[in-house]
Amino acid sequence: MKTKNPLLYVGLIATLIFSAGPLYFMLVMASRANDEIVSLPPPLWLGGNLFSNIDRVFANEDVLFGQALLNSLLVATVATVCVVVTSSLAGFAFAKLKFRGRNAMLLFVIGTMMVPVQLGLIPLYMLMTKLGLNGGLESVTLPFIVAGFGVFMMRQFAEQAIPDEMIEAARVDGASTFRIFFSIVFPALRPAAAVLGLLTFMERWNDFLWPFLTLDAEHPTVQVALSRLSSGYYSDQSLIMAGTLVGTLPLVVVFIVFGRQIIGGIMEGGLKA
Amino acid sequence: MRIRDRFAKTEARVAPYAFVSPFFIIFAIFGLFPLIYTAWVSLHDWSLLAGDQGFVGLDNYRELMHDADFWRALTNTVGIFLMATIPQLILATVLAQVLNSRLRGRTFWRMGVLLPNVTSVAAVGIIFGLIFARDYGIVNWALGHVGLDNPIDWQGHRWSSWLAISVMVDWRWTGYNALILLASLQSVPKELYEAARIDGASAWRQFWSITVPMLRPTIIFVTIVATIGGIQLFTEPLLFGSGVNAIAGGTTGQFQTVAMYLVQQAFTGQRFGYASTVAWVLFLLIAVFAAINVVLLRRIKSVN
Repeated sequence: MKTKNPLLYVGLIATLIFSAGPLYFMLVMASRANDEIVSLPPPLWLGGNLFSNIDRVFANEDVLFGQALLNSLLVATVATVCVVVTSSLAGFAFAKLKFRGRNAMLLFVIGTMMVPVQLGLIPLYMLMTKLGLNGGLESVTLPFIVAGFGVFMMRQFAEQAIPDEMIEAARVDGASTFRIFFSIVFPALRPAAAVLGLLTFMERWNDFLWPFLTLDAEHPTVQVALSRLSSGYYSDQSLIMAGTLVGTLPLVVVFIVFGRQIIGGIMEGGLKA
Repeated sequence: MRIRDRFAKTEARVAPYAFVSPFFIIFAIFGLFPLIYTAWVSLHDWSLLAGDQGFVGLDNYRELMHDADFWRALTNTVGIFLMATIPQLILATVLAQVLNSRLRGRTFWRMGVLLPNVTSVAAVGIIFGLIFARDYGIVNWALGHVGLDNPIDWQGHRWSSWLAISVMVDWRWTGYNALILLASLQSVPKELYEAARIDGASAWRQFWSITVPMLRPTIIFVTIVATIGGIQLFTEPLLFGSGVNAIAGGTTGQFQTVAMYLVQQAFTGQRFGYASTVAWVLFLLIAVFAAINVVLLRRIKSVN
């Protein structure tokens, strides 16, 4: 039985307008010339400058936008692969292997999810300087190749997805723990690994504070390039909006394709916490 | 055979530690160490370029207590946090309730409310900066139609900049939190509502007597996460201000948050020691706020 209450749908449509509106506004402004953006009434429909504005974003030599897109893709991909692998390994161990200190260690992992590690950014900056990594892409990748949230999520999934008998049977056959992980456990963890991968990729793509502080002018990520675009050296609003559109679009596409999985991951993550 | 057995035994004992060690090693180096070392740096006169200039004990903390700029930034942060979080939680709870009813196109609506969360914080700051622009912004244009003839200088005043920034935060997070609350709502037994309806309880009464108490643990979780994020608020106000000196948070720092002040002290002022003091105080503040949240929200239950 579906609800017939029309008020509910009115409310939902209003919510949808509110949530999609600003993105639509971005698209409209990205397709307009500068004098149209600063006109009243503000334009509410697409103009004809979308592609020329986007061309100008990529042609701008100060912000290296094309390079920034590639950098973001690289950083987010490496971090995602590493997080998925390290979280699967640790999650499996916490769920299915017995070892001394397991519970205390797991508690520590959960604790890390609640600690604002961002606040350690000054020593992190000093550490990266010492390692000679400040300014480059390694500095925004390395700290994020593990995630407490990922470990916890994979542990929860491994707990119910892998029967103990399966591991016992493999052990009797003489398989090592590593062998068990790669041939039995990891394949079984794939659905959760995919969701964790999506969430991690989105988080890395959107990360701002630390990249903003550490990256130099030659190695921007998309978000850093955006902040440079809008930092006041340009008052070129249509350029800024076109850049924002290009920087946002990849994730919106990912979201439209994998929306169901992403929503599932977020809802399950909240439920278990 | 025996050697192989012994090898297998050792392997089984060592493997778990090998599996969990990547997380602990990397986290120790890039997460835990910086956080703890912040406390150490905060006890020094430490400069960005010249490095450690000597131990100064609690001098930085004493200075911070009398630093009007810090107190202003703190007021801004807490003000924006409250202005954003309270309506956000209420809206998210109501939205979760709506999404929990039997709807056509469930996934569609859920994706609709989550869409803002996919947008990067930097993009949010830029887009809303234009929406709240003084002269040609769409909000002022709309307000002009309902009789507000003098356009609001959103960045110019404290209350209006706080409001604009709160709208950004809520736009990005309300739907996300609604989904988390929805997940928890779905585990509430339907019979509870059936029984309440039979007893003649109104929808409002059901909301307060069943939904809110059942959601309490999740509301605590969501509030704590919002606190951790809200106290560290940085990107939205930074990009809202734009301009060369965006880190100052407006002409008189009317929307400079503590995280912005921290970065300003560290990298513009080159005072790593003092900035670390700010970071450490912020850390304690988050702990205190989280504790207050838990206590306050525990009360909700005892009222019912």
